[in-house]
Formats: sequence, C-alpha cells, structure tokens
Amino acid sequence: MEFLLQPLTLLTFFPLLGVLVILFLKSEQKNAIRWTALGTTLLTFGISLWALTQFKAANPDLQLEAKYSWIQVAGWDIQYYLAVDGLSILLVLLTGLLTPISILSTWTAIEDRVKDFMIFFLLLEVGMMGVFLAQDLFLFYIFWEFTLVPMYFLIGLWGGPRRIYAAVKFFLYTMAGSILMLLAIIWLGIEGNTFSVPALIAQGGIPENIQMWLFIAFAAAFAIKVPMFPLHSWLPDAHVEAPTAGSVILAGVLLKMGTYGFLRFNIPLFPEATVQAAPWIALLATIGIIYGAAVSYAQADVKKLVAYSSVSHLGFVMLGLFALNAQGVAGAILQMVNHGLSTGALFLLIGMVYEQTHTREIKVYGGLWKIMPVFGSIMLISALSSMGLPGLNGFVGEFTILLGAFGSEAIGSPWYAGISALGVIMAAVYILYMFQKMFLGPAGEITKEHELKDLNWREILTVAPLLILMFWIGLYPAPFINLIAPAVGKLLIGY
Amino acid sequence: MQLDFSIILPLTILIAWACALLLVDLFIPKERKGITAFLAALGLALTLGFTVTQIGREATSFNGMVTLDGFATFTSALILVSGLLGIALAYGYLKRMGIERGEYYALMLFSITGMLLMTQASDLIIVFLALELLSIPLYVLAAFARPNLQSEEAGLKYFLLGSFSTGFIVYGIALVFGATGTTSLSGILASPSSLILTIGAALLLIGFGFKIAAVPFHMWTPDVYQGSPSAVTAFMSSGAKIAGFAALLRVFALAFPNLSADLTDILWALSALTMIVGNFSAISQTNIKRMLAYSSIAHAGYILMAFVPFGNKEVVATSVAAGLFYLFAYVLTNFGAWSVVIALEKSDPSTGSGRGLEISDYMGLAKKYPAHAAAMTIFMLSLIGFPPTLGMVGKFYLFSSAIEGGFVGLAVIGVLTSLVSAYYYLRIVVNMYMREGDPTIEREPWLDITTAVMAVATVALSFVPQWIFQLAGSAVLKLF
Repeated sequence: MEFLLQPLTLLTFFPLLGVLVILFLKSEQKNAIRWTALGTTLLTFGISLWALTQFKAANPDLQLEAKYSWIQVAGWDIQYYLAVDGLSILLVLLTGLLTPISILSTWTAIEDRVKDFMIFFLLLEVGMMGVFLAQDLFLFYIFWEFTLVPMYFLIGLWGGPRRIYAAVKFFLYTMAGSILMLLAIIWLGIEGNTFSVPALIAQGGIPENIQMWLFIAFAAAFAIKVPMFPLHSWLPDAHVEAPTAGSVILAGVLLKMGTYGFLRFNIPLFPEATVQAAPWIALLATIGIIYGAAVSYAQADVKKLVAYSSVSHLGFVMLGLFALNAQGVAGAILQMVNHGLSTGALFLLIGMVYEQTHTREIKVYGGLWKIMPVFGSIMLISALSSMGLPGLNGFVGEFTILLGAFGSEAIGSPWYAGISALGVIMAAVYILYMFQKMFLGPAGEITKEHELKDLNWREILTVAPLLILMFWIGLYPAPFINLIAPAVGKLLIGY
Repeated sequence: MQLDFSIILPLTILIAWACALLLVDLFIPKERKGITAFLAALGLALTLGFTVTQIGREATSFNGMVTLDGFATFTSALILVSGLLGIALAYGYLKRMGIERGEYYALMLFSITGMLLMTQASDLIIVFLALELLSIPLYVLAAFARPNLQSEEAGLKYFLLGSFSTGFIVYGIALVFGATGTTSLSGILASPSSLILTIGAALLLIGFGFKIAAVPFHMWTPDVYQGSPSAVTAFMSSGAKIAGFAALLRVFALAFPNLSADLTDILWALSALTMIVGNFSAISQTNIKRMLAYSSIAHAGYILMAFVPFGNKEVVATSVAAGLFYLFAYVLTNFGAWSVVIALEKSDPSTGSGRGLEISDYMGLAKKYPAHAAAMTIFMLSLIGFPPTLGMVGKFYLFSSAIEGGFVGLAVIGVLTSLVSAYYYLRIVVNMYMREGDPTIEREPWLDITTAVMAVATVALSFVPQWIFQLAGSAVLKLF
C-alpha cells in the first residue's frame, strides 16, 4: 500500500485503473468507455496537480522520490526510482493536461473500436509519465520504448490512408535510435555499478573519448525523437496519418521526450562531450529552424505545415538547451511547454474542421472566419502563439532562448542565434499565409460542399485550457520560470 | 567402479515410462488416444518433480561420465517444461489433422530422455549417445504426418542432414580421442593442446552448429520446420535447441577452455552470421512457419553470443547465465507464438497439409479474436526484445554480458539485427490489427490455456525476473 500511495507511483500507474475498468466494459458501450477514459485521465491530471502542491519550487533537487531496489543480480543495481524536479515538473503537468484534452477531442471523431483506442491511449499516458519521472536508466528505457507500442497502434489503426506505412516507419525509426541508447545504458550500468541517474551523475569521471561515444548513442535516440534535422523524415508522415488525438500527443508530449532526454541525461552525464558537441548541435538546430520553416511554407496540407513547423520550433528548444546557460535552458524548457500548448491547439483545431470536411488541403478552404467566427478567433490566437507574438506564450520562450544563445560561450558564436531569429520571421510568414488562405478572403470551394458548423461547447471546452495557459504564460510567466530556474541552476553548475 | 543411479533418476524414470507407454498404448482404443497424451504428460510431470528435488545436488558417477549439477538441473527442468507444453499443443492438433497415433507421445518421451541425458553428459561418448537418442525420435516425429509429402520430405531431410552432422561429431570425438587418449571432458582439459585437438573441437562445433541451427549450418531448418507437423516444430525448436546448447556449453567450457584463443573468434563469427542471416532471411518469408524457423535461427545467434567468451574465466559465468535466461525467455515466447500458429492452422484434406499458415492469413485476427491477437502481439514484441516482455529483459542481460566480456561489436550487431527483426515481427501485428480479413481459429482448451499462460508469463515475469536470474546464476555457479 505504501508503495502505491506515493504521489508519483500513483500518478504513473493510475491510468492502468482505467484500462482495467474499460476491459470489463463491452465494446458497444462507447460512451461509458469514453467517460471512463476521460474520468481516469482527469483524475490523473488531478494527481499531477496534487504532486505540484507537494513540490517545493525553491528546491533544485529531485523530489517526491519513490525508490525501491528492484533487480539486484549479476552485479546490477536496478532500482524502481521515480522522482521529479524543476526540469520535469512542467512536462509532467503538460502530459497530465494534454491527455484528457486529447480524449475529449475524440468524442465524435473516433467511432471505430473505441475500446481499443482508449486502452491504448491510457497505456500511452503510463509510458509518457514514466519517461518523465524515471530516474533509473533501466526503468527509463522500459518506459521510453513502451510508449512506442500504443502510439504505433494509434497511428496504424485510426490513422489516414497511408497509416500502416507511417506507423511502421515511426516504429522502426524511433527504435533505431533507442537501441543504440540501450547499449550506452548497459555500458553506464556496468561501469558505474548502478543504473540510478543521480548516482551516475555524482560519480562522473567517464573518460572523455568514451563520453563522446555515449553522448552520440544517447543523442541518436533523442535526436530522432525531437526530431532534429536531418533525422526528421518520420515526423511529417506520422503526423499526417495519425488521428487528431495522436497528433496532439505526438507533438505535445512525445517530441518533448527527446528534448527532455538531452536535458536529463546527455547534459549532466557527459559534460565534456556536451561542451564539444554544443556548436554542432547548435548548427543542426539552426538548420532545422530555417529548413523547417521554409518547408512549412511550401506545404499544401495544413497538418503537414504544422508538422514541419514543429521541426522548426524544436530547433529553438535544442538551441536553447545547448546554449548551456541559465537563460537558454530555462527558455528551452518553457518553450517545450509552449510548443505543446500552441501546436497541440493547432492540431486540435485542424482536427475539428477536418471532422466536418475530411480534407486538409489549404487551397480548398477560404473565408472560414465569416462562417465559423469562434473557430477563426481561437485559431488566430493559437497561430499567433505559435509564431511568437509578444503577449502570448511563444514569445517568452523564443525570446529567452535567443537571448541565451546570443551570449552563449558553449555555442561560441552569436551567428547561430542571429540566423535563428530569422526563423521567427519565417514562422510569421507561413502561419499568416496559412491563416490568410484558410480564414480570410472569398469563401473556398469546400464551404459550398459542406454546411460548416462552428465549434460546439465540447470543442470549445477542449481548447479553452490551452488558450488560458497561452495568455497566462505570455503575460505572467514568473510562476513557471520559478518552477524551472532552481533546477536549471543546479544542472549548469558544472558548466 | 561406483554407480550412483540416483543422479540419473529422472531420466531413468522417464525412459521406463516411455517403454511402458508404448505397451500400454496398444490397449488404448483408437478414438481415445487422449489417454496416452495424459499418461505421457503425467510421466513428464513426475520426472519434473524428481528433477526439482535435485536442485542444489551435485554429484558425478559412472566413472565421471554423467554429472549432476545446477546447470543440468536447470536445463533439464526447462526441457521437461517444453515437453509438457509440446504435449499441450499436440493434444488437439493431432486429432484435428487426423494424425493422432499413440506412438507420437512415446517418441516424444524418448527424445526428451535423450535431451535430459545430454544436459548431464560429461563424457563425449555420452554426448554422442544422448545426441542419437534425442535425434532419432525427432526424425520420425518430423515425418509423422505421412503420407503428406511435405512432412515426409522434412523427415528425410532432417534425417540425412542430421546423420551428416552426427558424422562430424563422431569424427570430432575420434580426433579428440586421438589427440588426448580420453573422451572424458575433465581428461581432455588436462591434456596438452595440439593441432589435432583443435581440429577435433572445430568438428564438434560444426556438429553442434547443425543441431542448434547456427549459420552456415542452418540450411535444413526452414524446410524441416515448415514440413513437420506444427506441434513437432514447436517442440523441436525449443527442446532440441536447449539440449544442443547444453552440450555445446558443457563440452566447450569444460573441455576446451584452453583452445579459446582459436575458437572464440570462430564463435564470434558464427554468432554474428547467425543473427544477420537469420534475421535478414526472415524478412522475405510469407509463410509463418518458415518465418518462425528463420526467427529461431536468429535467436540461436543471440544465445550463441553468450557462449563467445567461454574461455574468459571472469565473465563466462555471467554470460552463460545470461544465455540460460535467454533460453528460458525464448522457450516461453516461442511456445506462445506456436500455440497461436497452431490455433490458426486447419487441416486441408485435399493436400493433407495445413492451411492458414500464410502471414496473410492473420489479417483481421484482432477484430474477431482480440485475445489471441493481443497474445500474439506480446509474443512478437518479446521476440523483438521490446518492453514490457521477458524477451527485452533477456536481450538486456545478453547484451550487457557481451559488453562486459568486451564484445561491443557483437552487441552492436545484436541490437541492429533486433531492429531488422522488428520489421518482420511487426508485419504480423500489422496484419492482425490493421488489415481486414476473416480468419477462423480452432478453440481447444489446452491450446487456449497455453497461449494465455505464456502471454501472461511473458509480461508478468519481465517485472520480476530476479528469481529466474538467480536460478540461472546459481546453475552456472559451480560449473566453472
């Protein structure tokens, strides 16, 4: 009992309770299944808020630890070790928030195999929470790999026409990275005699040439997940084919697992290698920012446009992380959350109109604002948040990152930040282009074919929390920064 | 001359039981052969009981030709469990395919006796004896679906290539005897090494390579696995493999550690080749039995990885324990996968061979039989080495022992080929869940129970692998 009542254990495994209940429901009881899933994820979000109340923001260390020895044979020391600190608390909350929102968005969109869908979704939440909370490499690896399975099914079963291709590509691509990380994890575990991350960080002392190899092995897994240029090619496929809820979680949480991985493992475990790699990663991040933005502009499919914009936005996050100074890293963490909010909202909104028209081609739309005023306004806010308009959340994150990257010793040149700043302008171009084509101007052909209805209360309720947070972070980011800053300070002590 | 029969008690019981079963079976009416199956299972369970009582016992007898130790007990128990599972799978299958005959079970028991002897052999003569005892019934079992041509072909092929490989082993034994003047493993260890001894050891390696289906000695496997009745294949791919690995390990670790300078590289290459060829060949298969055959070749490569450092005193214990653990994980998963395959297989009276064995026959399985599809998904994930399954823990253990032994390159090949394997295992999952079709499944209680128990065990044990680790670890403790 004591084991289960720890806030973080409860948080991670609570969705399993929902899975259990759903297993006993009949496939035909769709609404009961939906309500169970929604209730479970809302309660999970409640637990994450409860964890937040217990969390001491001023404390830079890992908190709310749940720590038990697990497998102790053959010279291994594997622990069941969950804990949270300033680096992960916001991501945990983001996961807790986005999951019920995604489930709410499927209310009418998913009619086929609702039972399976909800089971996979709840399992996915277990995996994601575990990834952000695990402090033992073995445990982390299990959660990390496990998230692949439900996501694979979500894309492959409820996705678009090329869903099988996209699902398999997603699976193999991500697995390719993580198996290299597996070898590095094993190496660390054997050499350090422990798999516990804090203990390994405290030990340090990995020879520099080996550090580089380990850094690369971990980075392979994380860079594919982020995805960093040039390892991003799975992302547009996965996003376009995934159902709306899958895209929201993919963009909102799964991509953050990559950037979080760099933050949690690469930077503290391999300090020398990190310093060496920083300029190169900054280079790739900058290319990703510009490339993602440019390719976004060229897309005819609005979902693909948002997908490529993720490549660009996560480039900013990577740039901030490897600026290796307080502003850059804190900005990057905040930007992870921001991207989850704004891109999550964009995918939700696109999904809502797609449900009515079944097309995502930009050119067939037009003049939507007149027909769907509420939808148009919410879309505008989300779009502006995504392109980083001052007063909204995106600006705070990107500005802090660029500030950090300009003055970064690790990156060594202000040029990266300078060029990346162009990405902000390019974001304005492709976002406004999309908005103009779809929402302004004369009514498009699609509006003649369909009686388009504006958003209903459920859909508004779905995006409302995201909008509130966009304004909150945009206007008063201090509470969020306060959660992050102490842990970032501790992370950067060695740099 | 000391003769301590207690150390071969389990296999004595079993062989007596098998002989009695052959006689009793004559009096069991044709339509009630289920009784024979039940009696055979009872014999195995009894033997398993005696094997379990021997945990922790160590003894040598018959002039040092037979040894009882933790290693023998562990592998024997695993073989007996495979035997029980093999009977559970065969029970309804034989009836359905119209090949239910009592001698099937007696043959299985004879073969299992050979396998048990193999795990205890500490003399090359006993190794040879055990090898023949386990192989000959298997040749017959492979052809059991006579007059089905495929099955006859499988039997003949297995017999010819099996005898061929036995030839290698006999020749190897002769050369070893020529070089050292003894066939006892401890005697060989004490003798000085020579070129002839090395050649003898290499010939033995070829022979064992045939038995465990390591590349390049694997050519028989796909045809034999495909042609044999599925229940036989399931048993063959687990039981025979365990026995083969047990012999390989005991002979090489106990008799030839001094030759490791020459043989480690060869084992390394065998392991790498087996993983690569097995996995890449599996990609293009359209028949599930052939695919699982190549998958079993690939897994032999993974297990071989654990044997590569057999001459390195410091890591050999951990690494062999990892190999044993992986064998355990593989046996559970493999039987689970075969139980689903058998459930889908239907008798086709026109050709006499089974239908429902194409990978495309799995389309739409998830909609109609969600439990079977979920179980099969678990088995596929475990074969890939994906959490939360036993296969993942096994691979973790295996790769970590490879890295500990300094074989990082081999571990890299291991993970990369796992990635390749994900492609073809996932194809089954894709067909089951993401394509439309109308498969039918035979519901037989023993089959369903096997599927369910293996699926639950594959997942549940991955969370508490400690006790199997400990068993595997203590099994090799006194070996070195």
